[in-house]
Amino acid sequence: MGRGDRVRGRDLAAGPGSLSVPRLACWFVRAALVDLLAAFTVGALLLADKGVGGRGAVWALFPAHVELALVGWVIQLAMGVAFWVLPRLAGGTSRGPEGPVWAAFWLLNGGVLLAITGSLTGGGPAGLARLAGRGAELAAVAAFAVHAWPRVRAAASGV
Amino acid sequence: MVSCGVPCLTRCFVRAALVHLVAGLAIGVLLAAPGGLPVPAAFLTLAPVYFHLVMVGWVTQLIFGVSLWMFPRRPRAAPPGPDALGWAALVGLNAGLVLRAIAEPAHALAPRAGWGGWLVLAALLQWGAGIAYVAAIWPRVRAR
Repeated sequence: MGRGDRVRGRDLAAGPGSLSVPRLACWFVRAALVDLLAAFTVGALLLADKGVGGRGAVWALFPAHVELALVGWVIQLAMGVAFWVLPRLAGGTSRGPEGPVWAAFWLLNGGVLLAITGSLTGGGPAGLARLAGRGAELAAVAAFAVHAWPRVRAAASGV
Repeated sequence: MVSCGVPCLTRCFVRAALVHLVAGLAIGVLLAAPGGLPVPAAFLTLAPVYFHLVMVGWVTQLIFGVSLWMFPRRPRAAPPGPDALGWAALVGLNAGLVLRAIAEPAHALAPRAGWGGWLVLAALLQWGAGIAYVAAIWPRVRAR
């Protein structure tokens, strides 16, 4: 564990065996957990509504349910854990520049919010919001890939 | 229970996830069957069950189990609350999913047969499981 990682990282838990996990990974995981709760809440509302025989207004939340579960939960958690556990850059303790990963974090979460907002509102701006949201999600994944690519190459070459 | 601990909980999560994956993909095969095959019409109501067995029963459940194992634990002296929450998540998620897998197609085929209440119960069980999991894992993510 390098000194820089101690400065930037945070301990996820106290006590023996605890690991130092980067602050950025904490943010990704926390946001993913929030999205998981939101996705489960909306999903429970939809299923319960189906149970009481309604096809009510709550079904307008169906696209939000999918967006939160797939992007906000699964993809975001995978990115956070990948940032944490992928091999460090060749021979050192550095994970590389964090700028692209921070950009990925904000783009992903902004994109999820925009896409959900677009799915909940009508009219022309809604379509634009959905498009911008999906675009931001794509940019987030691209930014994360820019960060992760050299770390994966370092592992594959055995360095 | 004492000798089991978190590894046992993780094993249960992963094995249950594998069962859901096999069941989900089996339903996927039936849903993809060409029209000429003798697949009962009831199977056509299973599309939501298929998606949720794969995404919740497999993907999410595997994440639950592995994260409860991998994320740093509290000291041994800490009260066993997080483990209890993990077991609650396991039971709630699987009971809710199985209940849904039975009640959702049944409700679609016979809306007045009283299956709706079971769907509400399935929703509550899965929602409770999500809350229990987040309550269990959140303190292990929070910075000291």
